[in-house]
Amino acid sequence: MSPKDTSWPPTRPEDGCALVTGGSGAIGAATVKALAADGWPVVVHYGRGAERAQAVVAEVEASGGTAVAIAADLADPAAPEQLLADAVAALGPVRVLVNNAGITRDNLAMQLTDEDWQSVIDVDLTAAFRLIRPALKTMIRARWGRIVNVSSVIGLKTNPGQANYAAAKAGLLGLTRSVAAEVARRNVTVNAVAPGFVESEMTEGILDGLIDHIPARRAGRPEEVAATIRFLASPEASYVTGSTLVVDGGLGA
Amino acid sequence: MSTPTREDVEKLVLSSLEELGAESDALNPTATFEDLDVDSLDLAELSQIVEEQYGVKLQGEDVAKLRTVEDAVNLITERAAQ
Repeated sequence: MSPKDTSWPPTRPEDGCALVTGGSGAIGAATVKALAADGWPVVVHYGRGAERAQAVVAEVEASGGTAVAIAADLADPAAPEQLLADAVAALGPVRVLVNNAGITRDNLAMQLTDEDWQSVIDVDLTAAFRLIRPALKTMIRARWGRIVNVSSVIGLKTNPGQANYAAAKAGLLGLTRSVAAEVARRNVTVNAVAPGFVESEMTEGILDGLIDHIPARRAGRPEEVAATIRFLASPEASYVTGSTLVVDGGLGA
Repeated sequence: MSTPTREDVEKLVLSSLEELGAESDALNPTATFEDLDVDSLDLAELSQIVEEQYGVKLQGEDVAKLRTVEDAVNLITERAAQ
């Protein structure tokens, strides 16, 4: 059964909030600010960057927006659902979920430990699923929801030394497509962005040798990724679902 | 939360299915979900409604076995009484 509302311009719920995991990192912080600029109260999740998360909250508040920082260790199996509950308690139902948190534990596959493998899968992939699962319940009831998973060009192409990260990021793309097809009829969209090399803590020190391979001849800005996420989270992106938007300066062209 | 009667549950299930788009003329306890064009997403949402209303959690494997409206009413009534 498929209730259809194709009115234009589309609207969005007046209540609720956006939740951005890894909201204290470069792409996360830029995303928080972009969504706040669109009027969303934003929950800024952080793992270890408490000061940076508070700084992002302060920036949003200085611009007249609303944000709160909430800590959670997403490697803990119970943490994602608790984070969602804390977000709802703080700012209302989560209407926009941005799964941005990610870690790396790089090494050649033959030298990766089980722990290196599992910790990346847990945070970069499994935690996203563990947030999506409860978030969908509210979204399908509300007939409105936006989920954006932050994957990577590494999930599409290759980078020696990142088998764990590549597997997690490619897994996110499969998760995105499957869930998108399941809930599209409820006006809940699920998309991914695949950033290329973006100026961030994660890419610090590795960009110099890579720039020549990027057609744009520069690294991306976190704001350029955030702008893509902002679009996918907007009411106007209502017919975009199951997609991966690549933001890589032409690297994969 | 007081235990709902079978009638309460049946009323909730029928009204929920109607809200989810089932034709009201076709809705009756013996109707199959297939005939009502109720699919797995609709049943997942019905489970969500039941959880919100009665605090009864239906797992995916429980829901997958349901064929008719009556099956759902029986299962929910039984779980709510536990």
